[in-house]
Amino acid sequence: MADSNVDRGKRRFLVAATSAMGGVAGVAVAVPFVMSMTPSARARAAGAPVEVDISKVEPGMMLTIEWRGKPVWIVHRTPEMLASLAKIDAEMEDPKSSAPMQPDYARNEARSIKPEYLVLVGICTHLGCSPSEKLAAGADGGMGSDWPGGFFCPCHGSKFDLAGRVYKGAPAPNNLEVPPYSYLSDTRLIVGSDSKGA
Amino acid sequence: MNKLKALLNWVDERFPLTANWKAHLAEYYAPKNFNFWYFFGSLAMLALVMQIVTGILLTMHYKPDAGQAFASVEYIMRDVPWGWLIRYMHSTGSSLFFVVVYLHMFRGLLYGSYRKPRELLWLFGVLIYLCMMAEAFFGYLLPWGQMSFWGAQVIVNLFGVVPFVGPDLALWLRGDYVISDATLNRFFAFHVIAVPLVLLGLVAAHVLALHEVGSNNPDGIEIKKKKDPKTGIPLDGIPFHPYYVVKDIVGVVVFLMVFSAIVFFGPEMGGYFLEQNNFIPADPLKTPAHIAPLWYFTPFYSILRAVPPLLGSQFPGVLAMGLSVMIFFLLPWLDRGAVKSIRYRGLIYKGALAMFVVAVLILGYLGTEPTNLWGQFGSWLGGADRATVVARIFTVIYFLFFLLMPWYTRIDKTKPEPERVTS
Repeated sequence: MADSNVDRGKRRFLVAATSAMGGVAGVAVAVPFVMSMTPSARARAAGAPVEVDISKVEPGMMLTIEWRGKPVWIVHRTPEMLASLAKIDAEMEDPKSSAPMQPDYARNEARSIKPEYLVLVGICTHLGCSPSEKLAAGADGGMGSDWPGGFFCPCHGSKFDLAGRVYKGAPAPNNLEVPPYSYLSDTRLIVGSDSKGA
Repeated sequence: MNKLKALLNWVDERFPLTANWKAHLAEYYAPKNFNFWYFFGSLAMLALVMQIVTGILLTMHYKPDAGQAFASVEYIMRDVPWGWLIRYMHSTGSSLFFVVVYLHMFRGLLYGSYRKPRELLWLFGVLIYLCMMAEAFFGYLLPWGQMSFWGAQVIVNLFGVVPFVGPDLALWLRGDYVISDATLNRFFAFHVIAVPLVLLGLVAAHVLALHEVGSNNPDGIEIKKKKDPKTGIPLDGIPFHPYYVVKDIVGVVVFLMVFSAIVFFGPEMGGYFLEQNNFIPADPLKTPAHIAPLWYFTPFYSILRAVPPLLGSQFPGVLAMGLSVMIFFLLPWLDRGAVKSIRYRGLIYKGALAMFVVAVLILGYLGTEPTNLWGQFGSWLGGADRATVVARIFTVIYFLFFLLMPWYTRIDKTKPEPERVTS
């Protein structure tokens, strides 16, 4: 076939159309491949809200439950603990909780719906370690005599107060996360779900 | 004999067997002045083969299931005949693979092996290094110990701090809201098939690129410039087989001696090759007191920790860590020196390279230790951790080695290169 007989315009069109359709098919098949790596229905179900009975948590004590495989702390704070919060505002990176690390209904002094019950995701905002509880004030926990109580991350040394607010100078950039939660009754909490059905 | 020759002929008419043997071994002419530093390419190949063979044997007994993984590794160690040896060969092999590759890369820095015309050869090499890092990271989750779990947690969360897409990206990588069975299963798939396939392809490309341009040498001059007018063979070249095959066998023997000494007498290497915490099964609700990656990642981990958060985001540290690896890609274009080899470079490059090595070693050491290692400075420095401040200084030096390279290699007082290689 002589070159002069070749319809180059048609040939270019066919190459472009074939490539385009091939590309579409490639993208179309990539979608299920990529989506297959997202959490499965089973993993999503395991990520469902968790109900907790908080009636047995004494003042000054805390309860750790599991939600979406992460530790969630429920701390029953005493009036003294709550009173200590305002005194250390100056040492906090974000004392007024301006970063979106909590639902709007927990964006207050105590970072909770009812001040005495604090609900936190027990995962350091630095790189995902789980901080240790150092609830007791004073030197006993090895945190120094002026320690007002809070949490300490053993991985990279971040410190948090009794409302999960991060101390200045810590590697963690943000306060601990408050998960969505709501009260089913005075003694029953549901973690992972609030009135907006999050 | 004639039958054998006839068989070879039969094959050669259907497959370029003799042609390839000649092109890559018997008639591949390498410079005759290779020294100690030229052992590590072939040793890296040996390490790769050992990892593949021991890895295949391990997959025959290992269970990629969060409920059974830890116990199946212990089963390999105690009940599988010679399982302990195969597992220790695999764990020691991974660390020694990195030792060999780091020495191989350092050779490139010494003799300018990344310079024109070997830029692509270098790029394939850096890609191989990235694959090795991925391979090591995915593989480290498989024993499902505390360090496996929390190390993976920290690294996957690094992707989570990428602006906008981060949290979704981390969720997609894990396949769950936390590191879980889903994550373990996919990391197993990446570790045993996806990454090794890419790695083997890249190694082939690396060797093909090398044999296209020819090997560099300690003098950093091109042996192809001086060829025998009759045969067209470089005057300073000798065939790879048998000369360098024999030389490399000596290297292999010494390497295997070191390798065996570690496998038989110190497979954990005091916690540097197998971390103590990894002998505790993974516990998602309890973080170990001190998390550190294995030694070959610690320089980059130090850089990650050294960079302070900015505007409430960890992203700058993650970015710095990523750049500290990616910057190796740019090396061929950052170096503007008149000569390639350290033998003819001036004091400035020698000093810069020495500082870089010191920085990598110190960052590497600090990455294995907690940041409060040396206590804190007084209030005049805001009570900062001494180790963090040192890591910051050496992080800056690490980056300056690359960023100032176009300038200091140009003003460096170099010596003239020889016409022919020196002995």
